[in-house]
Amino acid sequence: MLKLSGINAAYKDLQVLWDVSIQVDEGELVALVGSNGAGKTTTLRVISGLLKPASGSISFQDHSLGKESAHRIVELGISQVPEGGKIFTGMSVLENLELGAFVARARKDKDQTLKWVYEIFPRLEERKNQRAGTLSGGERQMLAIGRALMSKPKLLLLDEPSFGLAPILVEQIFEMITEINRQGVTVLLVEQNVRAALELAHRAYVIENGRIVGQGTGEDLLSFESVRRAYLG
Amino acid sequence: MFVPLAQSLVFGLLVGALYGLAAVGLSLVFGVTKFLNVAHGELLMLGGYASFWAFTLRGVDPFLTLPLTMVFLLVIGVVLYKLLFAHMVKLTEEAKIQNTLLVGFGLSLILQNVALRLWTADTRGITTSYSRMAFTFLGVRFPIVRVASLGIALIALFALDLFLRRTYTGKALRATVENWEAATLMGIDIQRVYLLSFVMGAALAGAAGCLVSVGYSIDPGMGMSWTLKGLIVMVLGGLGSFMGTFVGGIVLGVTESATGYFLTLTYREVVGLVLFILVLVFRPQGLFGTKER
Ligand SMILES: Nc1ncnc2c1ncn2[C@@H]1O[C@H](COP(=O)(O)OP(=O)(O)OP(=O)(O)O)[C@@H](O)[C@H]1O
Ligand SMILES: [Mg+2]
Repeated sequence: MLKLSGINAAYKDLQVLWDVSIQVDEGELVALVGSNGAGKTTTLRVISGLLKPASGSISFQDHSLGKESAHRIVELGISQVPEGGKIFTGMSVLENLELGAFVARARKDKDQTLKWVYEIFPRLEERKNQRAGTLSGGERQMLAIGRALMSKPKLLLLDEPSFGLAPILVEQIFEMITEINRQGVTVLLVEQNVRAALELAHRAYVIENGRIVGQGTGEDLLSFESVRRAYLG
Repeated sequence: MFVPLAQSLVFGLLVGALYGLAAVGLSLVFGVTKFLNVAHGELLMLGGYASFWAFTLRGVDPFLTLPLTMVFLLVIGVVLYKLLFAHMVKLTEEAKIQNTLLVGFGLSLILQNVALRLWTADTRGITTSYSRMAFTFLGVRFPIVRVASLGIALIALFALDLFLRRTYTGKALRATVENWEAATLMGIDIQRVYLLSFVMGAALAGAAGCLVSVGYSIDPGMGMSWTLKGLIVMVLGGLGSFMGTFVGGIVLGVTESATGYFLTLTYREVVGLVLFILVLVFRPQGLFGTKER
């Protein structure tokens, strides 16, 4: 479904991604793990079209994403929950969700999708008229995910959805992600919370200093000596 | 004592509404694009001359030409945006402000000179059959043209507010103000949002110019002082709240006339700058802005 081959990407003169190749098949939940500054967020930015790679190719279904602009990529069915959620704090919860369904493909089914999102996150329905800036950390993350789901994505990119949340909330969020995946949304999950992510994912990639240094099923990687030492202590 | 003071405050309020309208356009453009268009006052001047021309050449009532003036400025806005501003979209916020300042100054000089050529340096105003009409309340005069202008400014503001709150495009615009990158991730084409906000700002400047030409006077050099007032009011009201900006305009108008009344007219122009600095020092988020993002 999604295929990155030989991606090199840089911020100005600073190259951050080196020959990154990643593949995600339809229906999968794939994790991309690595430590701080490894290049996880950058990888997602490249997929979403926010950062154009210096070389390499990206394809999604039958489309080449290399020249597509970021807003077109959403229309094609890729939605990203950015690092920290980046919800629109000055707007109501409902307005945030409506904006999630901005693209024409999603807008016509907005009401139906909204019901679905409220089913997954009942909390959001209770809070729908509240200003998003007043939500708790966990609720904000739910809103960020719910907002991304409103675009009816085929592929959902999640950038550290567990960041800054209490362990119990992390567990809840991960359960919801599993549930979303089970309902047919392909997921690429970026995490620093390596153990939890590997337990959850069908497959995973390990990224270090901008290079993919390992891949395999979650179980494989969990038993991988170097991964254990580096990330699981 | 009461009547002259009240009279001067009422005039302040009425002109303040136009400051507010000018500032709302400036603030809309700045909030969305981070383009600081210092030629905003010249756009306002063009709006003024457009309605002046329509009136002197064709005898069309300025209140009737107002929508046309807005459309005219909207078209000018599209051209200016495509020609001068579109390529700056990708710059950092700081670079945008710097670049637009330069481009804006250049543009304002050009527009001033064009206006000088077309309409000479004379001060102009539109005098209609009802220009001198006023009603009096407790001895205070309310010129109907200016009161009508206040009403129109309010209508424009409510329409803008409704647009921003109720329509999908309006929400996309607000989302872009908050976080353009997150807005892009919603599938919003922010290039289009930028263009839209720029031309809406131009149209609002056109409306303000039209109202100035009928209630007050216009000349080719007026732009600078209107831009300055717009900037002061923008800071006064605080970004992000157009109602706040509008009220900021009224605050400036009333403060100016109170200063003119109690001190002398020379301090009138200075007081805005004093307010500007006070707000920057003590309440940088503006009188009505919120700190939290
Ligand atoms: N806008 C930017 N400009 C310049 N360098 C950047 C920019 N964003 C990220 N970098 C650099 O690129 C590298 C990779 O950053 P990236 O954000 O992709 O890491 P990450 O794996 O997401 O890290 P974290 O887990 O801390 O979020 C880092 O060295 C970072 O300093
Ligand atoms: Mg990151």
